[in-house]
Amino acid sequence: MTVAAEAIAHRSRRRPRLKRIAHASVPYLLILPVIVVITAILGYPLYKLVTLSFQQYGLAELIQKKGVWIGFDNFSSVLHDEVFWRVLLRTVIFTAANVGLTIGLGTLIAFLLVRVSTWVRILLTAGLVLVWSMPAVVAVQVWVWMTNFENGILNYVLTELHVGDYTGHDWYGSTFSKLGMVTLLIVWGAIPFVAITVYAGLAQVPRELVEAAEIDGAGPGRVFRDVTFPVLKPIFLILTSLSIIWDFGVFTQPYLLIGSSAVDTSNYLMGVYVFIEGYSHSDFGRGAAISLLMLLIVAVLSIFYVRRMVKMGEAQ
Amino acid sequence: MSAVSEVAAGARPVARATPRAASIRRARRRRLRRAVWNVVGLGVFLVLVFPVFWMISTAFKPDTEIHSSSPTWFSIHPTLQHFRDAMARPYFWEVVKNSLIVVGAVVALSMVVAFLAAVALAKYRFTGNKLFVVLVIGILMLPQAGLVIPLYVVLAKYHLTNHLMGLVLTHLVILLPFAVWTLRGFIMGIPKELEEAAMVDGSSRLGAFTRILLPLVAPGLVATSVFVFITSWNEYIFANVILTDQANQTLTVWLSYFYGTSRATDWGGLMAASTLTAIPVVIFFLLVQRKIAFGLTAGAVKA
Repeated sequence: MTVAAEAIAHRSRRRPRLKRIAHASVPYLLILPVIVVITAILGYPLYKLVTLSFQQYGLAELIQKKGVWIGFDNFSSVLHDEVFWRVLLRTVIFTAANVGLTIGLGTLIAFLLVRVSTWVRILLTAGLVLVWSMPAVVAVQVWVWMTNFENGILNYVLTELHVGDYTGHDWYGSTFSKLGMVTLLIVWGAIPFVAITVYAGLAQVPRELVEAAEIDGAGPGRVFRDVTFPVLKPIFLILTSLSIIWDFGVFTQPYLLIGSSAVDTSNYLMGVYVFIEGYSHSDFGRGAAISLLMLLIVAVLSIFYVRRMVKMGEAQ
Repeated sequence: MSAVSEVAAGARPVARATPRAASIRRARRRRLRRAVWNVVGLGVFLVLVFPVFWMISTAFKPDTEIHSSSPTWFSIHPTLQHFRDAMARPYFWEVVKNSLIVVGAVVALSMVVAFLAAVALAKYRFTGNKLFVVLVIGILMLPQAGLVIPLYVVLAKYHLTNHLMGLVLTHLVILLPFAVWTLRGFIMGIPKELEEAAMVDGSSRLGAFTRILLPLVAPGLVATSVFVFITSWNEYIFANVILTDQANQTLTVWLSYFYGTSRATDWGGLMAASTLTAIPVVIFFLLVQRKIAFGLTAGAVKA
């Protein structure tokens, strides 16, 4: 009797433990496929990226599937290359200009959305979504067509508006102008995300607070600084860090708009530079070294964003 | 007496009119200000939308109008010729088929895999949870140009370059983190009580999952898969590197070579091809934009 009772007690004690172990392993089983896919397709290449950066690895090595170990030669070659530093500086300036314009103009449009009548708001939002949905490659082709020197609409409109005589003006003549066109394209494509997100954030600003501040005699500038901005701050921080990360590594727009035959050391941005040096020149070892340096810079830039997102994941 | 009353009678309406006039003036000023903002808003709308309008407008114009020195806003004699030309170009249909295969495979695979992981992140507390989130977001942040070389070298090693499979795998890696992160948000939005109520009713966790969770999260699955569709459809750099044969390329890569292949650029054809490339994306995007807009800023915006 007691033995049987003990046996039952024992079994009933054991079952929950087994169940508990099975239960605890469920989340790991669920994330297993993602882990497998990511390590197989990204983990190995990332490991490869590190080893490649220490190797002489060109086309011959690609065919033999075996590189020659050369230590830090790739890194020292890159870091002693004046081009690398010039590209880095150019990319930093380019990123600052693009992020500033995107956030600034996007925010202005968000504030505009609050002030217009409903039908204008709907129209403008639809326009923003339409622009947002344009594929980058398509946008580049439209830009090429609108800004070409022969019969681009940009030259025509500027001339008609008497801004000056832009007939036959080549927008891709100088480096500054080339990157200016790229900036225009990127900012145009990135504004909708910022405008719509900031507009959504504005809805969270308590109306009573704004009205109270206005009654107390605060002007629009003061209201923005002391009431609106503090509420929007987390949104601005995230938008800015995301934009920095995206613009720093941008490839498709500069590569295609400037044209694969016209990109060179005088107008490289980081994304284009790493692509040309590594892939187009088939110097995979050196390209890997540049890639690693680039990933490192972006990692530092994105620490803030990642930390913020993890914190939010916990808060929810 | 009568004079006084007359004055009083005359004075009264004036005294009453003053605040009304002020409020009318204020309302008028408010209406005027709104009208000014509306004009500004319309101006911004026109500038923003113009490139898209110009693309479509050009696609329907006959060549004589495209090359005219004084362009017209709308075509006088709209034509479908450029669309026919674009579709008749070499490899157009192969390339459309390739894009559809890649996108279909990426959507199907990523949704299954990402959904499982998203459930784990949203519904369980487990060790390594945080590390996994960091991994997911970290990958989201990697610049794609920096990954071209290692991915190319590794895919070449396994003879996966110039195969659609190589591109599918690559897109899967880029998009999985995004899909996991967004789906997690959708699943967390489901009230716990609903799931618990189902379990009290005697269903197992799996039963609760399929009968309660799945239908509720279906809109999120649709939204995420459409976004995966769009990103994979638009992706350029990896498709350009991995798929080398013209017959193996995707639509965006095909479009990127359009400009370079003809001496005198066929602007009408280019704009028609651009329109064709953008149409599926625009349609899908308009369908789900609302749901996805806040995925990347999840938590910062509670709207």
